[in-house]
Amino acid sequence: MADLKHTPFNAKHHEAHAKLVDFSGWEMPIHYGSQIEEHHIIRRGAGMFDVSHMLPVDVKGADARAFLRTLVANNVDKLQTSGKALYSCMLHEGGGVVDDLIIYFMREDWFRIVVNAGCADKDMAWMETQRDRLAPGLEITPRRDLAMIAVQGPQAPACLWEAMPGLEDVAAPLKPFNAVVVGEMFVARTGYTGEDGFEIMLPAKAATFFWQALLDAGVKPCGLGARDTLRLEAGMNLYGQDMDASTTPLESGLAWTVDLKSERDFIGKDALLRLPRERQLVGLKLLDKGVLRNHQKVVTAAGEGEITSGSFSPTLGVSIALARVPTGVNPGDTVEVEIRDKRLCAAVVKYPFVRHGKALV
Amino acid sequence: MSIPADLKYTKSHEWARLEADGTVTVGITHHAQDLLGDMVFVENPTVGRVLAAGEECAVVESVKAASDVYAPVAGEVVAVNEGVESSPESINQDPYAAWMFKVKPVGDLSALMGADAYQAHVESEAH
Repeated sequence: MADLKHTPFNAKHHEAHAKLVDFSGWEMPIHYGSQIEEHHIIRRGAGMFDVSHMLPVDVKGADARAFLRTLVANNVDKLQTSGKALYSCMLHEGGGVVDDLIIYFMREDWFRIVVNAGCADKDMAWMETQRDRLAPGLEITPRRDLAMIAVQGPQAPACLWEAMPGLEDVAAPLKPFNAVVVGEMFVARTGYTGEDGFEIMLPAKAATFFWQALLDAGVKPCGLGARDTLRLEAGMNLYGQDMDASTTPLESGLAWTVDLKSERDFIGKDALLRLPRERQLVGLKLLDKGVLRNHQKVVTAAGEGEITSGSFSPTLGVSIALARVPTGVNPGDTVEVEIRDKRLCAAVVKYPFVRHGKALV
Repeated sequence: MSIPADLKYTKSHEWARLEADGTVTVGITHHAQDLLGDMVFVENPTVGRVLAAGEECAVVESVKAASDVYAPVAGEVVAVNEGVESSPESINQDPYAAWMFKVKPVGDLSALMGADAYQAHVESEAH
């Protein structure tokens, strides 16, 4: 896979005999042997994901907060203490989602945004266009010089302290969705698994040393396959599947990330207020035997819908999905899903399906 | 990669074995399960169904993807392995022990590949 981009951890993936795939133009590990085992490691112990394909972007300048107030659908004024993080969508004027991202507030003149790998180029172009229009003096800098690793699972903190002596004093007090800068490292208590853990950015040149220290502390490498089943169980959206440019956050289960209450104007707000809400994202749990998959048709009493993310849930031992269905479908309803030549029954459930190792449905 | 010499193979990665009683036992190869990853669901054909050679007749699903299984030979399904339906992971553990179904064949296995030809086929697909 010579044409693919490599993260700073690439040699470590080859060393561990990972199964490597093309993920948005990057050579990334899908698993290191068994996706299901890696899933359970994160729910029960400590594992790590190379997430260096995602792009950190620094927004620096006096106008940073005012710019972000307009750029994203959630309200950055919720960020008042240094290190605090906010999950948000960035919208087109029409209300469709350009990307979902995390914004960290570091100082009034420095915010850090982390965006999806597959959206990185388009996001940079979008942000630069908006910057030129709204805040021409602002510096927006992609940080491809950084490696990023997610250390996740109930044992993640203990393993991390063992791997990086001294880190505990500064990182242990971090509450969820908070970050701190430690020397050249950026340590955030965030993740995409529904478990405790950290996402850490560090200089690319220190990546293999850090990875090895975590391996030595008992942290197991886990692939993007497990990351996907973990985030689905945790009820977290995936851009390109559960929402994209043709869907709004309000019909993607992300109303909680959109601030329509304040007077603040943001790109896409008019459209969100104007568009009728006819669809919603719901959780499904398959009652019959089989596996729910993306794009399968969902038949409900209120009309047809479609599965946006479906898979087997290793924690629950059954298949689960997120599906976009007409409003009027409620938790407790039973719907039918077309799988090949059959119609199978699924229960509509509230999600997340799993949080902190516990089944919730 | 494991490719037993005493089995026959298809381009779509099924294995077939002619038994002493004249039936043909069918499963998926080590290479197929390796491509798919952790198995989570198996759907076998019903006993009594008459299959054409190459017909889609079963489904295996891993965490990652669903994959059709094709009949290596024409014939009637005379038995299915319910063990792989209740424990799909047995296909990952030993794909040549975890057979899926048995067919009473109409013809013989001469159209199928031997182990060497299958090995070459797998290698050609990797490039």
